[in-house]
Amino acid sequence: MNFRNNPQLNKHGELIHLLSIEGLPRALIHQILDTAGTFLSVNDREVKKVPLLRGKSVFNLFFENSTRTRTTFEIAAKRLSADVINLDIARSSAAKGESLLDTIANLSAMHADMFVVRHSQSGAPYLIAQHCAPHVHVVNAGDGRHAHPTQGLLDMYTIRHYKKDFTNLTVAIVGDIVHSRVARSDIHALTTLGVPEVRAVGPKTLVPGDLREMGVRVCHDMAEGIRGADVIIMLRLQNERMSGAMLPSAGEFFKNYGLTQEKLALAKPDAIVMHPGPINRGVEIDSRVADGAQSVILPQVTFGIAVRMAVMSTIAGNSA
Amino acid sequence: MSSLQLDAEALYGDLLAGVRGLLRPQTVLVGIWSGGAWLAERLQRDLQLEGEFGVISSALHRDDFGSRGMTAGADHTRLPFEIEGRHIVLIDDVLFTGRTTRAVVNELFDFGRPASVILAVLVDRGGRELPIHPAYAAARITLPAAQRLSLVRDDAGRFSFDIRERTA
Repeated sequence: MNFRNNPQLNKHGELIHLLSIEGLPRALIHQILDTAGTFLSVNDREVKKVPLLRGKSVFNLFFENSTRTRTTFEIAAKRLSADVINLDIARSSAAKGESLLDTIANLSAMHADMFVVRHSQSGAPYLIAQHCAPHVHVVNAGDGRHAHPTQGLLDMYTIRHYKKDFTNLTVAIVGDIVHSRVARSDIHALTTLGVPEVRAVGPKTLVPGDLREMGVRVCHDMAEGIRGADVIIMLRLQNERMSGAMLPSAGEFFKNYGLTQEKLALAKPDAIVMHPGPINRGVEIDSRVADGAQSVILPQVTFGIAVRMAVMSTIAGNSA
Repeated sequence: MSSLQLDAEALYGDLLAGVRGLLRPQTVLVGIWSGGAWLAERLQRDLQLEGEFGVISSALHRDDFGSRGMTAGADHTRLPFEIEGRHIVLIDDVLFTGRTTRAVVNELFDFGRPASVILAVLVDRGGRELPIHPAYAAARITLPAAQRLSLVRDDAGRFSFDIRERTA
């Protein structure tokens, strides 16, 4: 395989940045998930910290708001003993007109070793990865509608934890797929890991038909979409990304596509319910489902820290 | 140096007797992943020790992380007992530079404060780069630094040695 076309991998096929799940080999994804398993057990120790990134500086660059993702990246970096610097870029240099690459050049002069980047523009983390020094690593923490690879990986960790094997699963992703970078990352990961049936469920305005080209079954009917599913991934209705009238109303959306106990009964009895958060109760998910026995929404958050530790330690240990 | 005249099974018999002599109340065996873990598993059985043995991985404390990268994967540390106040006998197949031993001692202390930690190995091949000394070694040999010696376990659970030139 020629890894030179994939900017995330060095010439040995090792991960040096995490920009997208698209193009990652299956074995590499499993390796990250295995490593995350090791880090999950660090929570059980008296000393909940390991020294792998001691002396390294991780800069969290969030050009777009986030609480959960930024916090879990911060916890993950601190558990790896890195020094963590959080920059609220939206309110600082970018607001004064500094270009993205000038910001990166300045932070590199402060001896950054890793950038964790969230940006509203798709491709911004790629641009940074192409222009930073060879020893600097970049993690995409969500870029536009494009990708959210650590969320995709933590979703895969969650599915593997509860279902063990990917190759006999039906996974339904429900809701606002057109605006969702989580959905795109999940679809790439699920198909790479050999899930035989991935369904995208939602109204025509939010679930584009061209998803079929990604090997996904498109369902505009909720009952058809979740019937017999092993895993249901609910997505947040992204009001802030909606332009124009893509939906009649949130109430109408809940009636048709909100996950209630009655609709969940159509899935397999041992189906798990996932959500990347933050959840909108009564918009895409009913409280009784979100807090119910089949919900694994909070374990996802815990697994997310271990997965981000795995990603950061893996890329930090490989050189360009 | 074909199989190096090292009979792993015969040396295991010596190790068994040597470790028996190191046991005291509150002792637990902890095998260093992977060869040492195989040895600890068999020692636990042959010594008829109560409870479980532990497995410890050096992956999270290695000093060559910067050059070798992340090596954690299947090799989780698994210590199914309290470390506090216990006498720990670390078991390894081959003792060389001592760097793996240093890393697992750090790993061990992330779980608590043992009363003591000693090391028993199948083969001490010399070449130490740290002040680490085994309490028991079934064999002491000298090998060129370029050669890699490691324990192999077959499907029947029998031990042998693999010796090869280091690739990097």
